[in-house]
Amino acid sequence: MKESVIYSTSSLYRDDFRVKAYTFGRGEKALCIVGAMRGNEYQQIYICSQLMRYFRQWEQDGRFIAGKQVMLIPSVNPSSMNIGKRFWAIDNTDINRMFPGYSLGETTQRIAAGVFEVINKYQSGIQLTSFYMPGDFSPHVRMMRTGYENVEKARDFGFPYIVIRNPRPYDTTTLNYNLQIWETDAYSLYSNTTSRIDPQSASKVIEGIERFMILGGMLTGEASADCSQSRVFEYGDLISLRSTQAGLYHRLAEADTHVKKDTPVAEIYDPGSGDILETLYAPSDGVIFFQHNDPLVYAYTAAVKLLADLPQA
Amino acid sequence: MIQDIVSIRLPVDETYHIQKNSISHGTGKRICVVTGIHGDELEGQYVCFLLAQKLLSQIESLHGTVDIYPAANPLGIDSINRGLPGFDLDMNRTFPGSDTGDMVEFTAMKLVEDLMGADLVFDIHASNIYLTEIPQIRINEKNADELVPLARLSNVDLIWVHGNSTVLESTLAYSLNSRGTPCLVAEMGVGMRLTEKYGRQFCDGIFSLMKHLDMWDGDTLPVREPLICDNPDEVVFLNAPTSGMFMKTKEHGSWVSKGETVGYIFDPLRGEIREYINADKSGLLFTIREYPLVAEGSLMGRILAREANR
Repeated sequence: MKESVIYSTSSLYRDDFRVKAYTFGRGEKALCIVGAMRGNEYQQIYICSQLMRYFRQWEQDGRFIAGKQVMLIPSVNPSSMNIGKRFWAIDNTDINRMFPGYSLGETTQRIAAGVFEVINKYQSGIQLTSFYMPGDFSPHVRMMRTGYENVEKARDFGFPYIVIRNPRPYDTTTLNYNLQIWETDAYSLYSNTTSRIDPQSASKVIEGIERFMILGGMLTGEASADCSQSRVFEYGDLISLRSTQAGLYHRLAEADTHVKKDTPVAEIYDPGSGDILETLYAPSDGVIFFQHNDPLVYAYTAAVKLLADLPQA
Repeated sequence: MIQDIVSIRLPVDETYHIQKNSISHGTGKRICVVTGIHGDELEGQYVCFLLAQKLLSQIESLHGTVDIYPAANPLGIDSINRGLPGFDLDMNRTFPGSDTGDMVEFTAMKLVEDLMGADLVFDIHASNIYLTEIPQIRINEKNADELVPLARLSNVDLIWVHGNSTVLESTLAYSLNSRGTPCLVAEMGVGMRLTEKYGRQFCDGIFSLMKHLDMWDGDTLPVREPLICDNPDEVVFLNAPTSGMFMKTKEHGSWVSKGETVGYIFDPLRGEIREYINADKSGLLFTIREYPLVAEGSLMGRILAREANR
């Protein structure tokens, strides 16, 4: 393992800002894994911390295949995480809205450029990412439809779901989008949580990455037996259950669980009277793909996203 | 007449309103003045106040409708947040909105719907808390032919025609202009402050445009001739080479010569000057850093590379 600082900048009174990378193996730049880019991505940095333990063990065991190099970047934004801020603390900009970056531009553009210059030399890039709304997901691989997305290779993670999303204008400055445009196969891996550590879900992501590395010829070993066929679908195929009322939010079904049609999946209470203002029901049999997890909910919120079962053949 | 554009209940005993004051007299065209998309940009508040005050006191001179929307992001303004509190989103990246999206997208859609069809929309911004700007209109190059002639009448000091970028397609101005409703984006002053003279200057410009649109037959003042920049190479960005505290030595609106110092970055702990910020080219310093703390890369200023008084 080799530790390096791939980008650094000074602060007036705080310690220097450093983005550290850890490389394993030498040779062809096969895979780069990026952990937390926002200050609340605790599950994502946790996954990287555990990956580091595995990688060091695999290195000791001689499992890295000669001629391939794998890089791990646990955090692109340690200075925000250290003070409990989601975005860049000085100007509240999101590094994941600054790609491909600009080395002569503003601070977060420079960070993005410095990191991007390193990552885009790899054949594949994995970003452990989070959603802008508070909620839990079924773990999945997400890719943007750019014409360069490599859906077949995404199956190597062995995740149950691969989600394809048509980019909207604001997506064009994300890491995933730009890696694809610059011809790195890019995969966003969604664990089930963001601001809460879930070791069980982290293990599944790590297993998926190990599988991807074995099938991609970076690591020796047997791909895990769990090689279920991934279901590939468009993000727009998810059925949104939208709140029409605002109030206290009570989950009745957790993310990644299967529910039958007409099952109540959430209730919204009036904080004053305690009355139930609204109950959200599953409109069909399917999996709770996303479940809101904030104690409050606004009206018009897509609080639950349901993936309907495929029709029986 | 004060009307609700959006009225949505919040979780705990509060209703979220976006309101407009629709001031109408006789028949004629309709213009809209929107501000407060960014909750920390307040310069437009004073413009709205002056505009409503003058219109209501001289209503007989109005021939048409002026819709004033002082708070596109009322939760942000009233809680001193730039973005949308509760969502941590920049409202000006949520347009044109959607009726199948969340509260943010629904709100954006309702605002666009309400503005559509106006003969002219002003979207007034105030830079941000970091930078101070001279009064200017910014125009996407895609709409330059239609909008530059209108902007010339709006009594600003500068018209900056900038390149298109995909990410800007999520702005209110892009959404309106691409749907056939002309929208001028104004920038002036600095975040979290009011600059009286800029408010008055821009309000005078609105009345001048209203006269041009045959909506106003009351008094107007002559408008100033703006500098027009439509060549990206003419805009020079000054970025901080290091972190520290910044002391400006030139005000925005100053003409500077190549090599002239516009400020310096210092280290209070060591009593040292870390870097001088010098003009890369001669021209008009139309933006200057206002917030003293800077990091490497922070924008310190922008210069329009021109000879003085050209």
